[in-house]
Amino acid sequence: MYRAHVLVCGGTGCTSSGSHGVMDGLKSELKKQNLDDEILVVQTGCHGMCEMGPIVVVYPEGTFYCRVSKDDVPELVEEHLLKGRTVERLLYTGEGDVHVPHYSEIPFYSKQERVALGNCGYIDADKIEEYIARDGYEALGKVLTSMTPEDVVEEMKTSGLRGRGGGGFPTGLKWSFCAKSPGPKKYVICNADEGDPGAFMDRSILEGDPHSIIEGMMIGAYAMGADEGYIYCRAEYPLAIKRLKRAIDQAEEYGLLGENVLGTDFSFSLHVKEGAGAFVCGEETALMGSIEGRRGMPRPRPPFPAVSGLWGKPTNINNVETWANVPSIIRRSGAWFASMGTEKSKGTKVFALTGKVKHTGLVEVPMGITLREIIFDIGGGILGDKKFKAVQIGGPSGGCLTEDHLDLPVSYEDLAKAGAIMGSGGMVVMDEDNCMVDVAKFFLEFTQRESCGKCVPCREGTKQMLLLLKKICDGDGTMEDLAQLEELAHMVKDMSLCGLGQTAPNPVLTTLRYFRHEYEAHIKDRSCPAGACQALIRYRIDQDKCKKCGLCAKNCPVNCIDGDRKTQFVIDEDACVRCGTCYDKCPFDAILKL
Amino acid sequence: MAKIKSLDELRRIKTSASDLTAARSSNAVKVIVGMGTCGIAAGAREVMDAVLKEIDKRGLKDVSVQTTGCIGMCQEEPLLDVIYPNKGRITYGRVTPEDVPRIVSEHVVNGRIVEDLVIARVDD
Ligand SMILES: Cc1cc2nc3c(=O)[nH]c(=O)nc-3n(C[C@H](O)[C@H](O)[C@H](O)COP(=O)(O)O)c2cc1C
Ligand code: SF4
Ligand code: SF4
Ligand code: FES
Ligand code: FES
Repeated sequence: MYRAHVLVCGGTGCTSSGSHGVMDGLKSELKKQNLDDEILVVQTGCHGMCEMGPIVVVYPEGTFYCRVSKDDVPELVEEHLLKGRTVERLLYTGEGDVHVPHYSEIPFYSKQERVALGNCGYIDADKIEEYIARDGYEALGKVLTSMTPEDVVEEMKTSGLRGRGGGGFPTGLKWSFCAKSPGPKKYVICNADEGDPGAFMDRSILEGDPHSIIEGMMIGAYAMGADEGYIYCRAEYPLAIKRLKRAIDQAEEYGLLGENVLGTDFSFSLHVKEGAGAFVCGEETALMGSIEGRRGMPRPRPPFPAVSGLWGKPTNINNVETWANVPSIIRRSGAWFASMGTEKSKGTKVFALTGKVKHTGLVEVPMGITLREIIFDIGGGILGDKKFKAVQIGGPSGGCLTEDHLDLPVSYEDLAKAGAIMGSGGMVVMDEDNCMVDVAKFFLEFTQRESCGKCVPCREGTKQMLLLLKKICDGDGTMEDLAQLEELAHMVKDMSLCGLGQTAPNPVLTTLRYFRHEYEAHIKDRSCPAGACQALIRYRIDQDKCKKCGLCAKNCPVNCIDGDRKTQFVIDEDACVRCGTCYDKCPFDAILKL
Repeated sequence: MAKIKSLDELRRIKTSASDLTAARSSNAVKVIVGMGTCGIAAGAREVMDAVLKEIDKRGLKDVSVQTTGCIGMCQEEPLLDVIYPNKGRITYGRVTPEDVPRIVSEHVVNGRIVEDLVIARVDD
């Protein structure tokens, strides 16, 4: 019996901040103190608070330690594990410098509802027994022994679960199409490509709870009559791939995966396919082409994968988070899942909260929660107490929403109405220093680069749009350019072959809708209101604040600041290259950014 | 690893695996051993050892064992507290490893306080 469990986060974030060292240090320190058979050290997946990592949680108390380093280990063992005294300085520090010892009391977690992430950060992803101890494979046993495939599809319909990969198509309905497709050979696929920049929801589930995906896929395979599956995971996720492969091996060893699962006549085999990590390979038809060994390029639909998918066979493809929700739905019922969320958006959704918020990280919240609650209650508000300006939702296919939308409930319908999309769950918060034209340019640069080039509107259209955006950011844009940008945006949206091109203009269209004045300021006044577009910034010296220290002149790389201690310091604006050095160096804030 | 051939077999594995994560949920009964410096000097480590062995021997699942620092009764060390749901917190003093089986079987398992060893009690 272990009296205490020490959970060390082994997610990608914490690993990069040194959790392996903490883990090794703990093991050797426990041995030294003869505590190694009383205390178990467990490596878990991501807790969502990666920015505060490495995270260490001690049970049974549930004490939550952050930013633990290797050097803290001896104290942690001596004080907490041996003597039962909390190490205050390593606790999470909340509002007003108050230490918060327990997981459950940290505001970051208090509004969260963890279903897809339920086991992440709680179990050792490398031990199938830990998954089983948490009711793992129970749902699979339930469907194989007491439900017909039709029952399973019905239960999924009842749950109201919609695909978490971006489109939000009802999962039960999609399964019913594939289930109805005739044919002895069918496939199920897990889309673990996760191409959105800044997104890491899927990666965290793959790393922290791989068995939930395997179990979900098997339940789906049973419901649709498939006997083989693929997990398509980008090669940039080595830890996820390692954990997945180990999970598959363990499930096979236990006979939970393979021939005649749990003594029934259901058989299933599962493969991991490593993708090269191109954004367009996340698109389902391109993804299947890539598994088949072709170049990942979309093809027109129909035929839909449910009719003719992988190698021409009926195929069902779902996102990682979608599959991960399946076991809980079967175990706890579709009605239970449907009790969370809104009328048409049921259950919970995982978001990767990033940008200018105090607490970035991974959050899972019930649908219907407002953006304000996510950004201010969970995320702790804007960094440096600046002013909130916008939130970009849905990655490069999404849109920017404004302060007026903060009380909008997060649901597929409400987001779409406002011009954004749920997408896969990227959420980038922006403050007053972010220029919205620049933000639109950033996302368009991404999609333009990732366009597979197969169809003209996407290939050429995004390129032209990007050129226009660059022109505007450089202060050379005209109102005709703006009109042309808008026209092109609509054209690319309507005429592209696949979702990449169809959604690429979204960031431009929403910023035009809500921040048109910023575009106009760039064009008419040749100024960037946020002070972000380098070409449009002017630096000038505020003579009242200037103490004539001369630091700016000394640091200016092009020597365009003239003056001496007796007269004045003045910037030659024509020679200035707008590097911002003087602005950063001036100790008296006397440099004005205009 | 033997293959799991039925749902019943899966559930048996689940039962035997459940203490893997049991310590991470909030348990029913808590046993707390005082591990201040003088507690350790008085033999608290041996008491802790005995507690863990006894719990293992009996295969008890819903028990959590914790340590605590000095509570200011150093003269009574080793100290062992049992918190049984709705029965308050009972502190036993001058506990020896030999007392442990009695405390576990009487108090932890059956909820009956071992009166002769009690030195303090705190009601909920
Ligand atoms: C350009 C493009 C990229 C996509 N990338 C992903 C991705 O990385 N992960 C994902 O699950 N779905 C992605 N999708 C959506 C998939 O095509 C598909 O709709 C989804 O995997 C279906 O699963 P779901 O019903 O569970 O959401 C992408 C779509 C497009 C058009
Ligand atoms: S829309 Fe873009 S990514 Fe999609 S097929 Fe056309 S060129 Fe390729
Ligand atoms: S912005 Fe750079 S180049 Fe311009 S005055 Fe300041 S230091 Fe010199
Ligand atoms: S990787 Fe540790 S909290 Fe995310
Ligand atoms: S050290 Fe145990 S009560 Fe003081």
